[in-house]
Amino acid sequence: MDSSPPGVFGLTEAAEDAQKPAATEKIDPQFKYEVMKAPGAGKIQLCFQCGTCTADCAIARFTDFYKPRKFARLVQLGLKDRLVGNNVLWLCTTCHTCVDHCPQGVEVSSIVRALRNLSVESRGEMPFIFKNFATSILKTGYVYLMPESRLKKREEQGLPPLPKPNLGDIDKLFEATGFAETLKTVKTIEDVKAKAGSQSG
Amino acid sequence: MAEPEYLFFLGCLIPYRLASYEVSARKVLAKLGLKLVEMPEFNCCGFPVAPVNFELALSLAARNLCLAEQRNMNILTLCNGCFGTLNEANIILKEDKPLRDKVNGYLKQLNTEFKGTTSVKHLVHVLTEDFGEAKLKEHVKNPLSGLRVAQHTGCHLLRPSRRVGHGDNPEDPKALRRLIGLTGAECVDYVDEAECCGNTIIGVDEGVAFQMAKEKLDHVKASGAQALVTVCPSCHMMYDFNQPRIEKAFSVSYELPVLHYTQMLGLALGFKPEELGINELRIKPTFLPSQTRS
Repeated sequence: MDSSPPGVFGLTEAAEDAQKPAATEKIDPQFKYEVMKAPGAGKIQLCFQCGTCTADCAIARFTDFYKPRKFARLVQLGLKDRLVGNNVLWLCTTCHTCVDHCPQGVEVSSIVRALRNLSVESRGEMPFIFKNFATSILKTGYVYLMPESRLKKREEQGLPPLPKPNLGDIDKLFEATGFAETLKTVKTIEDVKAKAGSQSG
Repeated sequence: MAEPEYLFFLGCLIPYRLASYEVSARKVLAKLGLKLVEMPEFNCCGFPVAPVNFELALSLAARNLCLAEQRNMNILTLCNGCFGTLNEANIILKEDKPLRDKVNGYLKQLNTEFKGTTSVKHLVHVLTEDFGEAKLKEHVKNPLSGLRVAQHTGCHLLRPSRRVGHGDNPEDPKALRRLIGLTGAECVDYVDEAECCGNTIIGVDEGVAFQMAKEKLDHVKASGAQALVTVCPSCHMMYDFNQPRIEKAFSVSYELPVLHYTQMLGLALGFKPEELGINELRIKPTFLPSQTRS
């Protein structure tokens, strides 16, 4: 039974996905090394599956299918296709309880971050909210588009003007990291799901 | 001795939605003699893009760290998210030479370089460590005796504890509790004080996020606290701005005011509620004079 209300991604589908037998899937023994290259993800091989991360995970408490322990195992086994592009990954709040509680010093939330980054890179999809945030930073330096009225209100409240963004520098960092290109072509997961729904229905 | 000056990193959410936090923080810090220097230029700390491209997040953070390094100043933030991101980038880039070289390769195009010579501090660290609790106590003119509140320190001021530093207990946070005590108010215990507010995933799955917030509000309410006290705009948004929506989603009623710590401290320092943006809170603290139920 799914104890949570439906989310924007229809997360129960991902839960069914996780039940597929491993024998039918492609195994990529190099996948763990790909993940380990990401900052903080280097200790994944030390995970001995105690399950402390899942037991103490806030999201695991409110869903039946979000299990950080399983992410670590799937990385170790090289079951790349079950992880990369799995929308369940977007539920991590980055509370980092898993990092503090891991007896092996594995930074579980850094592994989730690495898997999210890899998903964006290889699937070209991300949740709408992140596309929105990144676009706003690129355009304005701030993660939200500040309405004129707020800037005016700052004056009325005696607050100093907001620091000006250096848009040229921001642009260069987006270009240099390759994310400017990603942002041009990336689809939102919400759009992809809506299209898939309208085609099958 | 003159108090140190800080490069003030305001972030995005505070000017967008929570002027009440900025107004009260600036008043309180000025009264204590702590000087803020405005950022000469700004970009987001990088937190919102870490999930999609961590290298970009590190680069955006490093860009801000460089501005502080050039001025030989430490950064002061009011936001747990900005603190967590800037501090993490500062530590990772100091420890990981190949990654630092890579990010510095990007920064070279901006004619700047990350050197690792600044520190990132949250308001709580500045008050408890730099300014000092004994000195803070001397400034309290109007103790909030009889007021019972609960604290919510928030994840990114606690975990991962190795990187956050500053020695607070991530299982049982004490720093904000002590700061509340200095205002003369009582800080009550409740169940799961170190749990996450859920606000970072509100745009991904509101249902799960609201369940997390509901559980926290249930626990705080059961403790008999008259208000919840936060030090992060994101946590504050979840518990104050979204409280009516959470009440509606679960058919419950909390009417629990959520104060920025700087508002509480401001009251204790002798400011009036209207000087601290208290009228801007969604849930009005009716226990304060001049606050009436809206």
